[in-house]
Amino acid sequence: MSNELKVPTMAELFAAGQQPEVLFWVGCAGSFDDRAKKITKAFVKILNKANVSFAVLGTEESCTGDPAKRAGNEFLFQMQAVTNIEVMNAYGIKKVVTACPHCFNTLKNEYPGLGGEYEVVHHTQFLKQLLAEGRISMEGGQFKGKRITFHDPCYLGRANGVYEAPRELIRKLDAELVEMKNCKKKGLCCGAGGAQMFKEPEKGDKDVNIERTEQALETQPEIIAAGCPFCNTMMTDGVKNKEKESAIAVLDIAELIATAEDL
Amino acid sequence: MAYLPQIIFAVLLVLGIGFFAKNVKRLSRNIKLGKDVDVSDNKSQRWKNMAKIALGQTKMVVRPIAGLLHVIVYVGFIIINIEVLEIVLDGLLGTHRLFAPLGTVYDILIGSFEILALLVVVAVVAFWIRRNIIRLKRFMKPEMEGWPKQDGNLILYIELVLMFLFLTMNGADYQLQQMGADHYVQAGSFPVSQFLGPIFAGMSESTLILVERSAWWLHIVGILMFLNYLYYSKHLHILLAFPNTYYGNLKPKGQFKNLEAVTNEVKLMMDPSADPFAGPAEDAPVPEKFGASDVTDLSWVQLLNAYTCTECGRCTSECPANQTGKKLSPRKIMMDTRDRLQEVGKNIEANKGAFVADGKQLLGDYITNEELWACTSCNACVEACPVSIDPLSIIMDMRQYLVMEQSAAPTDLNNMMGNIENNGAPWPFNQMDRLNWTQEQ
Repeated sequence: MSNELKVPTMAELFAAGQQPEVLFWVGCAGSFDDRAKKITKAFVKILNKANVSFAVLGTEESCTGDPAKRAGNEFLFQMQAVTNIEVMNAYGIKKVVTACPHCFNTLKNEYPGLGGEYEVVHHTQFLKQLLAEGRISMEGGQFKGKRITFHDPCYLGRANGVYEAPRELIRKLDAELVEMKNCKKKGLCCGAGGAQMFKEPEKGDKDVNIERTEQALETQPEIIAAGCPFCNTMMTDGVKNKEKESAIAVLDIAELIATAEDL
Repeated sequence: MAYLPQIIFAVLLVLGIGFFAKNVKRLSRNIKLGKDVDVSDNKSQRWKNMAKIALGQTKMVVRPIAGLLHVIVYVGFIIINIEVLEIVLDGLLGTHRLFAPLGTVYDILIGSFEILALLVVVAVVAFWIRRNIIRLKRFMKPEMEGWPKQDGNLILYIELVLMFLFLTMNGADYQLQQMGADHYVQAGSFPVSQFLGPIFAGMSESTLILVERSAWWLHIVGILMFLNYLYYSKHLHILLAFPNTYYGNLKPKGQFKNLEAVTNEVKLMMDPSADPFAGPAEDAPVPEKFGASDVTDLSWVQLLNAYTCTECGRCTSECPANQTGKKLSPRKIMMDTRDRLQEVGKNIEANKGAFVADGKQLLGDYITNEELWACTSCNACVEACPVSIDPLSIIMDMRQYLVMEQSAAPTDLNNMMGNIENNGAPWPFNQMDRLNWTQEQ
């Protein structure tokens, strides 16, 4: 682990009369979930390395309302949305990047109708852009030649048609990208979406994350790459269930890049 | 009485089409029971989608085998309709092979109809084998028992019979043409039905005419009956696939609509200058019901979706909840919606144009909470549908009703929502701790 993270808040920058290039929307998982916090830190390390001027809302950030909306509580969703929009508009935010496809989808698609219009990008899109602009460079490092399979998050892929950005980044690691039986448009859910993360699944033959993990294992990967903190948790649990955690790592794209660059 | 066949034909035609028109009216009345939605935007994109998805069958061929077989039956259906036009005109005018003067073009036309008819027979048999011998998993789900299964097979039988009648008619005609029978001029080419020769060998001219006429009549009567069967069948998709793909969702699949009624309430709640003690205005409309518990709470596009569903089950076979043995089947959601809508429609007819409460609704009597809560909102069903049906939107509308009208969310979700309300996160962590990760190693 290298030096300390530089994580300015919007409030700090505002007080100093500065406006960052982009707001990093950390999300609840990225702020509180122990596994997802590692993703957050990995992404910040890349941002720091690339000298990206960014800020977080910190204590002013609140849940986007995605799980409430998908659970059917439109009231709670809109209350959250309107509050968040007030905060973001007060800071004059134009561009938002987030590592959570659920936040990404909600901010991008559902906030505009309530007065929150921002350019919203997923962190894999942002990283791809940094790479194209030469602001970060990537070499495979320890992932060279490794078999990596990518699990498409529903809210990034099918919901918003982002399939290529994460794959392009994996290829840049000189890794061998292997596709699962169900991928891209036909990707299988990890089982966490639609607020399922926060409840017990309905009765069935097996849990969705186990089915999906089995599909991933069929590709005989060394790494299962994910682009969503919830998918990450579900796939990690699935790999543990299959007692493969010593052989297969579940890593976010940001973690792959941060590790490859030894950040 | 030389005109008798023509008169009978005209009467049958008027009856067949008239009865069908009556059912189309019913259909349209039922669909209009849905809430109005504005889908008048992006006309060019909508036409494009219809051309691509319905006319071009682009989403059918995602599954190549079923796709190819379907394309054959679909093209066969459309092209052979040119022959139906000739049959109708012959029937009304008392002519035989009216288009024969087209000469070579006519030969090619009839020849291609025959080849298509044969291909349709092959495809229909393959479809039947998939349903009844191979028993593809998606046709064996619980919602496919009974009528849906019969309906599926019945359509295949009807198509088979119609194609056989068509080929028999041509085969007998070909024999009569060879014999130089009166009225049966040399016209058309018969690449398939000429091989039916042995069946007709030894038949007298009058028997052949009887066979040809019987097949001709049965064929056209069969078509008229099939037309009227549509309303009672999943086969309605052959018509509704077109409007349904036109009105299909154009927004990103993850974008769920923001309920306007809620927006107004939220704005009022967030407005610091609003009078907290103000009651509703005298003329304020009765508050809208949040979400959907019955078909009349859904939009007309959702109801059109339900009638368009052909029960192919591609949605259900892609559904992660269904794949892992849970009760949710997106196809069943659509079938339930349609069945309930039919019931409501019949109720309206029985009660002279007004719906009389029947103590039933879509939620609970057709669709259970367990099904609704099993959905991960992953959009796999929406992506899989070859005709742009959106079962997810119905699931979400019904969840809204459960949560906002009945407070009937699973306990875990209530906890999650309580956390969001109190802490701004779905977990019980303090909002003030949101930056703690920056300090942790």
